[in-house]
Amino acid sequence: MTQSTLFTLDQLRSIMRRCAGVDESVDLDGDVADATFAELGYDSLAVLEITAQIRQELGVAVPDGAIEELTTPRHIVTYVNDRPAAG
Amino acid sequence: MTATAVVTGIGVVAPNGLGVEAYWSATLAGRGGLRRITRFDPTGYPVQVAGEVGDFVAAQRLPGRLIPQTDHWTHLGLTAAELALADAGVDPATVPEYELAVVTASSSGGTEFGQKEIEKLWSKGPVFVGAYQSIAWFYAATTGQISIRHGMRGPCGVICTEQAGGLDALGQARRMVRHGTRLAVTGGTDASVCPYGVVAQSATGLLSGRADPARAYLPFDADASGYVPGEGGAMLVVEDAAAALARGARTYGQVAGYAATFDPPPGSGREPGLRRAAELALADAGLPLDAVDVVFADAAGVPEADRHEAATIARLFAGRPVPVTAPKTMTGRLYAGGAALDVAAALLALRDQVVPPTVGVDRLAAGCELNLVRDRPRPARLGTALVLARGHGGFNAAAVITSAAPVITSAAPVITSATAVIAAADREERN
Amino acid sequence: MSGPRPVDGGRRSGDGRRVAVTGIGVVAPGGTGVKEFWTLLTSGQTATRPISLFDPTGFRSRIAAECDFDPAAAGLSPQEIRRMDRAAQFAVVSAREALTDSGLGDGDVPPERLGVSIGSAVGCTMGLEQEYVVLSDGGRHWRVDPRYAVPHLYGYMVPSTMACEVAWQAGAEGPVALISTGCTAGLDAVAHGCQLIWEGSADVVLAGATDAPISPITVACFDAIKATSPNNTDPAHASRPFDNRRDGFVLGEGSAVLVLEDYESANRRGVPVYAEIAGFANRSNAYHMTGLRPDGREMAEAIRHAMGWAGIAAEDIGYINAHGSGTRQNDRHETAAFKDSLGRHAYEVPVSSIKSMIGHSLGAIGAIEVAACALALENQVVPPTANLEVDDPECDLDYVPKVARAQEMDWVLSVGSGFGGFQSAMVLGRGRA
Repeated sequence: MTQSTLFTLDQLRSIMRRCAGVDESVDLDGDVADATFAELGYDSLAVLEITAQIRQELGVAVPDGAIEELTTPRHIVTYVNDRPAAG
Repeated sequence: MTATAVVTGIGVVAPNGLGVEAYWSATLAGRGGLRRITRFDPTGYPVQVAGEVGDFVAAQRLPGRLIPQTDHWTHLGLTAAELALADAGVDPATVPEYELAVVTASSSGGTEFGQKEIEKLWSKGPVFVGAYQSIAWFYAATTGQISIRHGMRGPCGVICTEQAGGLDALGQARRMVRHGTRLAVTGGTDASVCPYGVVAQSATGLLSGRADPARAYLPFDADASGYVPGEGGAMLVVEDAAAALARGARTYGQVAGYAATFDPPPGSGREPGLRRAAELALADAGLPLDAVDVVFADAAGVPEADRHEAATIARLFAGRPVPVTAPKTMTGRLYAGGAALDVAAALLALRDQVVPPTVGVDRLAAGCELNLVRDRPRPARLGTALVLARGHGGFNAAAVITSAAPVITSAAPVITSATAVIAAADREERN
Repeated sequence: MSGPRPVDGGRRSGDGRRVAVTGIGVVAPGGTGVKEFWTLLTSGQTATRPISLFDPTGFRSRIAAECDFDPAAAGLSPQEIRRMDRAAQFAVVSAREALTDSGLGDGDVPPERLGVSIGSAVGCTMGLEQEYVVLSDGGRHWRVDPRYAVPHLYGYMVPSTMACEVAWQAGAEGPVALISTGCTAGLDAVAHGCQLIWEGSADVVLAGATDAPISPITVACFDAIKATSPNNTDPAHASRPFDNRRDGFVLGEGSAVLVLEDYESANRRGVPVYAEIAGFANRSNAYHMTGLRPDGREMAEAIRHAMGWAGIAAEDIGYINAHGSGTRQNDRHETAAFKDSLGRHAYEVPVSSIKSMIGHSLGAIGAIEVAACALALENQVVPPTANLEVDDPECDLDYVPKVARAQEMDWVLSVGSGFGGFQSAMVLGRGRA
């Protein structure tokens, strides 16, 4: 599977909402690109779930070591767009 | 000095009512929640009818972050626990953290969540199993999530004895209170009305295959054809009586006695253990058999099991026609939620001095000649209730629940209060 | 509130009953039966290897500690084998061995005084999964096909069935329950069995735990949270508790059942007693379903209360059987808990994790570890932590690296920690030959 279009923050928002829900105090549609997942109320399990969903939908896997570096939504969007999809 | 365990809060999520008062007024009005299964299309399935908690929307009840990581069973459990704590008027943060406990019954765990994940695994591959499967399906999920949500750091427990679990969890909560726990959340919920869950349940041959919800679950009836499964249950707040008194809590009643036994192996010819469980529970409560004012039956709906329960009751009470009832005819058998809901009903019966009805039973089967309270609630002087539960495979449990307040001996106030409750239920029914 | 009340109850409350362990049965990776189990533990050999129970291609962690178990050779009949999930088979075989070991014969215990308390984290997972594949036709149908339902399918869906199987084996008619507090279920089930004796509800209890989770769905769910070791090229050394190179636990399977008996009754029978179960406590971290804070305070609290119940001080503990799952966070968490609860003595007492050898069998392991503690007390030998070579500065206690050690000890502490935040601690005292 190849990626023909860029992965957007909105698409990530949709995945986050669907897989991990949204904390009541957070406006996910707001300016969240550079907020940390912790600030947005997402724990390590939620980040694992979100990256797992990205792998399932887009074929882009995040190796174990890399996950710890992806602390904000922008990091994930950038990571995905920098990588070719899994063959 | 052995601490006394009292119930100070009740939270109910039932097929015929969300919230304790909605459940109770529906129950007194004889309004059940059994209907054709809607969670999936049951066409062609051996079971058509279930008790679903129809008007439950998780997003209205629970934080958005909790919902995707938990099964519907835990959604119901978390909701019931929150309702119970609110009903008890207690904020767990005001209780020393290690003196708060959670012990729930579980039966099949996060069945629907698990079916979704296992389907992804087998239809798409291992990487499609999500991060929440490790915490959502296993039997301890509800206890764990309740503990975390309410900051309860004392002992936690999860007991699996199928339909007997709610009483066994209550018994464990009482043990905890005797051993230093000040407040325990206990009870259980169940939710296994998904295809794999229903097919597994129907494999026992004990579930009714009838499509008419009014004719499917008729315990003690000559036309009994098995039972109907249901989802939901109840959570109870159990406290040390001295602590409850000190904080001015309203007490529904006392967990005065509890016992559990197990049936002998099939084919042994030895007597099943239900009678002994009841006797032990009463001995534990220090009460004679003639103190029992009402029996909440296990009500399996399976003819042989019904006859055995009826004979056990008759033998226990030496022919005294003690009132017997099965409000679970309005909800179905709720497995891990069932016995806890029966205890809730027993406590409400004691509070309002009225026995809730059994619905749908038309003609008692031979061997089931019980004083079954049918169709309409029956006002009565109630001080002590005996709750019976049997779990698949041979589990038996019995609990003796006694009134919080002394039962009024003069007739008038009792009848007035019960009449008022029934009149209110009647008005609701007509509306 | 009135004055001090006994916390956690047990040994010093009630009518003063004490609990003796008079029989043990084990099905473990590397050995079915107590003798083989103890031989493995004291050898320092490991039983972790590539998964053979299913084809693990495509999974992240492809290693496990599997039992070489032949149900027919172990004495189960064709119908028992057909209807019982593998975990139930383990439990029944362990229970039989324990009963034989205890010397209790038919008629020695009135049925209504015999109870059962079995722990399990994931119930009949293998049976549920195998049947699911057929009913759904390989995951094709959400509405699974009822025509393919086997009669014992419900028995797989409810884990309580496993307690029934053990009860039927033994003819137990007292209180019977399946305890399912995740990875502390084994410890908690043994504790529940003790409680039944302490309070007088039973005189003898078959208490233990079982799990057989080496099945695609379970392996996949731990893959998803990266909890298991992906060290597929070196399975024998993949379970490395307390080692700085540790990278997750190795999934295991197995069962242990103990015969717990009122101590007076054991005395009257004149039978050897492996150990006394002298104290127990559990607490919850109420923090996260899988995460652990590094301070281990709730486990420390459980340890303190278990010791208090047993009436012993930190200095009395001769060995600690750790949870030691081999995840980065666990081993650090419980090291902190030992220091918090035992003070200086944490540095003096040997600590080891037998998960280094037999993997982590989830709900079963707590009971298997209690069995190991009872055997350690009987033999006055401490099993090692296998594979321990590289120090972790945050884990700086004596973890008995690689080689078993003779150790004089009168009291042993066993701890467990699990998903849901549960923390359990049990104290065992030396029995008599």
